[in-house]
Amino acid sequence: MPDLSIDFAGIKAPNPFWLASAPPTNSGYQVMKAFDAGWGGAVWKTLGVPVVNVSSRYGGVNYRDKRLVGFNNIELISDRPLADNLREIEEVKKRFPNHAVIASLMVQSRQEWHDIVRASQDAGADGLELNFGCPHGMCERGMGSAVGQEPRVLQMITEWVMEVAKVPVIVKLTPNISDITEPAQAARRAGADAISLINTIQSIVGVDIDQFAPYPIVDGQGTNGGYCGPAVKPIALNMLKNCAQHPDVRLPISGIGGIENWRDAVEHILLGASSVQICTAAMHFGFGIIRELTSGLEEYMLDKGFNTIYDFVGKALPNVRHWEDLNMKYKVTAHIHEEKCIGCQLCYTACEDGAHQAIKLNAGTRVPEIIEENCVGCNLCSLVCPVEECITMDRTDDGTQHLTWKQRTEAGTAPTEFNDEKAGGRHHWVPEPAAALGKERHKTLPGRARVISGETEVPAV
Amino acid sequence: MAEFSTPTTEHEFAENFAQLKPLMNRTEALYESARCLFCFDAPCIQACPSGIDIPQFIRQINSGNDTGAARTIYAANYFGNACGKVCPTEVLCEGACVYNLQEVKPIEIGRLQSYATTKAIQENKKLFAPGADNGRRVAIIGAGPAGISCACELRSLGYEVDVFEAQAQPSGLTVYGVAPYKITNEETLAEMAYLQAQLGYSVQYNSPISSREQLAELEAQYDAIFLGIGLGETNELGLPGEDKINCTGAVEFIAELRQRHHEIKVGRRVIVLGGGNTAMDAASESARLGAEDVVLAYRRGKEEMGAYEFEYDLAKGVGVKGLFNVAPLEIVGEDYVTGVRFIRTETAGGRVREIAGSEFELPCDMVIKATGQAKRAGFMSLIPGLETDGKGRIVADAVTGQTTNPKYFASGDARNGGAEVVNATAEAKLAARGIHAFLSK
Ligand SMILES: Cc1cc2nc3c(=O)[nH]c(=O)nc-3n(C[C@H](O)[C@H](O)[C@H](O)COP(=O)(O)OP(=O)(O)OC[C@H]3O[C@@H](n4cnc5c(N)ncnc54)[C@H](O)[C@@H]3O)c2cc1C
Ligand SMILES: Cc1cc2nc3c(=O)[nH]c(=O)nc-3n(C[C@H](O)[C@H](O)[C@H](O)COP(=O)(O)O)c2cc1C
Ligand code: SF4
Ligand code: SF4
Ligand code: SF4
Repeated sequence: MPDLSIDFAGIKAPNPFWLASAPPTNSGYQVMKAFDAGWGGAVWKTLGVPVVNVSSRYGGVNYRDKRLVGFNNIELISDRPLADNLREIEEVKKRFPNHAVIASLMVQSRQEWHDIVRASQDAGADGLELNFGCPHGMCERGMGSAVGQEPRVLQMITEWVMEVAKVPVIVKLTPNISDITEPAQAARRAGADAISLINTIQSIVGVDIDQFAPYPIVDGQGTNGGYCGPAVKPIALNMLKNCAQHPDVRLPISGIGGIENWRDAVEHILLGASSVQICTAAMHFGFGIIRELTSGLEEYMLDKGFNTIYDFVGKALPNVRHWEDLNMKYKVTAHIHEEKCIGCQLCYTACEDGAHQAIKLNAGTRVPEIIEENCVGCNLCSLVCPVEECITMDRTDDGTQHLTWKQRTEAGTAPTEFNDEKAGGRHHWVPEPAAALGKERHKTLPGRARVISGETEVPAV
Repeated sequence: MAEFSTPTTEHEFAENFAQLKPLMNRTEALYESARCLFCFDAPCIQACPSGIDIPQFIRQINSGNDTGAARTIYAANYFGNACGKVCPTEVLCEGACVYNLQEVKPIEIGRLQSYATTKAIQENKKLFAPGADNGRRVAIIGAGPAGISCACELRSLGYEVDVFEAQAQPSGLTVYGVAPYKITNEETLAEMAYLQAQLGYSVQYNSPISSREQLAELEAQYDAIFLGIGLGETNELGLPGEDKINCTGAVEFIAELRQRHHEIKVGRRVIVLGGGNTAMDAASESARLGAEDVVLAYRRGKEEMGAYEFEYDLAKGVGVKGLFNVAPLEIVGEDYVTGVRFIRTETAGGRVREIAGSEFELPCDMVIKATGQAKRAGFMSLIPGLETDGKGRIVADAVTGQTTNPKYFASGDARNGGAEVVNATAEAKLAARGIHAFLSK
């Protein structure tokens, strides 16, 4: 079996799966239970200034029948006494010396930072995570994302911490900023040992259309909260990549955001994460998901012949390029595998209305046909097709040519004027506008129902 | 041992005749509606004789717009609730669902349809309103799916509508014919009451139109007359012994069953004659009433039965046994039926041939003849100029429903020779438009 253990900036853990600082790490009871179940580490629910929470704290985004594809909260940091938390950290560490226990911290003054860092170290924390990310409640008090959004403040506070820190320090970044690499660089300048990202994204998760108030509702009103869960993974992956590729960041990264299964974790790792943190999935399904996470990761590593996590940390990074570096000679064309097609015609309507009118319908069959000359290879049809591998995007160039936008610009062959002959869509076929009128009214508005309700053939009313 | 014990209470009856398509709850409807792919030019719509915009109403259910879903359904089909429960969806919408081609269970369209419409009915949502009074009157004969649908559509077009019905309840065979495990009387009648309350046509029950004088009066008082008379009693077999006690027609047996439930008596050993859907129903129903032995006897081979495969499966599932290639010769017994004398047959070149010397007798204490319904020829002959085709079906324009007597329009079983509720309701909606076009000339 592959070796899942990690040494993350000096913090050792039996596997890269850590619980993120959040409700699942609110108490020693929960963290022990998680370690018992197989989690590799836990970032304790943020310790710091005293807070009071409101009742009604979470909101969810459902997609059709799927619950919590997105999740948000208006909760603050730990509202339990610091002493209780520290005592429990100590107890957990005694019981699980080889698991990673990281204290997440958020306070205000330099003195407070010094005190809480020392106290956490004394309690036995293997590392510290500085919470510069919380986008609600704490930022109004000049903490959380208010710090994360100000690289200079972030640097200063991190430096305060480094003055007394004896264990590795991770700076947790907020995504509520236009360039995440700026706070990441500030963390490095301050001497931090690692960064973690992302914290939650400022959000309104939905509006109660009967009460006219945003979710979650507190006595008829609500506020913006922090967004997380499966829906945020794409945003997290992009920010992760930005930090991992930046020449002036060069710090180990703990990837967070939308991780629910081993695949999500592998994606984070391939883009540069060397540990991953999970919150929403554990809140939704409990600690038991760790079994699937580790088993999936192990199978993947066996499959690929990876012995340790480090064999593939950042392995996809060289293939994430700027748009101008992509090969413009590469061409794919949609191909429908007729024997698999079930005739839903979603590809047809998607391409017809949402892409390039490159799919047509033929009389006597429900299987659509690709008009290859019109297909630009956008992928849309293959994305909407409900049948696995029914529409494949097949390579149609001969693979011998390579030309990028950058090269074209340098060679002076890039289009520059509005109606430039060299522009992309210039010779691409589009139907005449008026050809749209009435084209498929009889089908879209809805077939025979229209006949029955008297809109065609039937005697008019 | 019989599969079912004889029900003696309403509760036991309901258990034996448990609904095949029970009502969905909101969660189930949410999950099922979420599976729909919302196909373009969806094949399920094309397969629905009433052309309901299925992906539209499923999408409405999924987004929590159940009332909008009911509106979509009723816009195409006034028997939207009943159809969701009684339609042979396996060969209609659900049979056409693209999931079948993936070997995945098709969307439960029927149950979703009943879900949305039941909710509208229970919450008494206002979905219909009569059109502005146009001063014209139409008489409708028969309060079955055809007659009621025609009445609804005409009311929405502003006509005054009076329905004349021979029986004591509306919905025709929906309440007197369809198997009780498909729909309950309460469900059927709730939809009828809902429609009538919002659209306001009058129905006169226990009022058969049976004489030339009555018709002449209608002709004088109304601008047009719609015939939604359906079919008649079970065809005679023309066999000796047919008049014995406990030899009954399937339609008559089922009508009694629907009205009297567990109070009806079924034999211990029942022979059902026929191979159509009604035969399957009668056989299933006998078994569910506690008959120990139910034999379905059919003149031809199993594959040649007119019944849908799933209906035969349903009958087999409750213990009905098939006996194929046998033709009845005589119903035997004194006053009461004691058996049926059969002769074996073989089919050659599409023709059934009796095999000489192969006669045998099968004992039983009840015979149910499911040998088709007769046309209402006597009644039709009272209408001057009304033509019927070679099979006794009323001849009428395919779209407008106008018969060869221009004042008369017809739809449903009487015109199509016997189909489903959905056909009757869809055709009658068109006929109402035909009447409107005719009277607007
Ligand atoms: C046993 C059986 C089971 C069936 N099961 C199903 C099923 O599961 N699903 C399905 O979709 N369809 C089923 N059908 C078919 C379906 O019931 C019919 O197709 C449908 O009811 C036809 O509607 P209709 O309005 O044309 O006729 P009917 O439903 O027959 O209605 C005609 C009405 O007119 C009245 N009437 C007739 N003559 C006169 C007169 N002279 N004066 C006054 N009133 C008159 C009758 O009393 C009756 O109420 C079944 C039919 C039978 C016989
Ligand atoms: C209810 C809730 C409370 C959270 N509290 C904290 C916190 O105290 N400190 C912190 O650094 N992050 C906090 N987070 C953010 C999570 O640690 C994590 O960064 C975010 O949820 C993204 O990961 P996910 O997509 O796996 O949920 C919280 C998240 C949630 C849902
Ligand atoms: S890839 Fe894009 S352009 Fe080509 S057929 Fe599919 S949807 Fe149309
Ligand atoms: S989306 Fe896929 S299954 Fe549907 S019609 Fe197109 S190719 Fe066939
Ligand atoms: S065919 Fe099936 S999946 Fe497609 S719209 Fe109809 S019910 Fe939905």
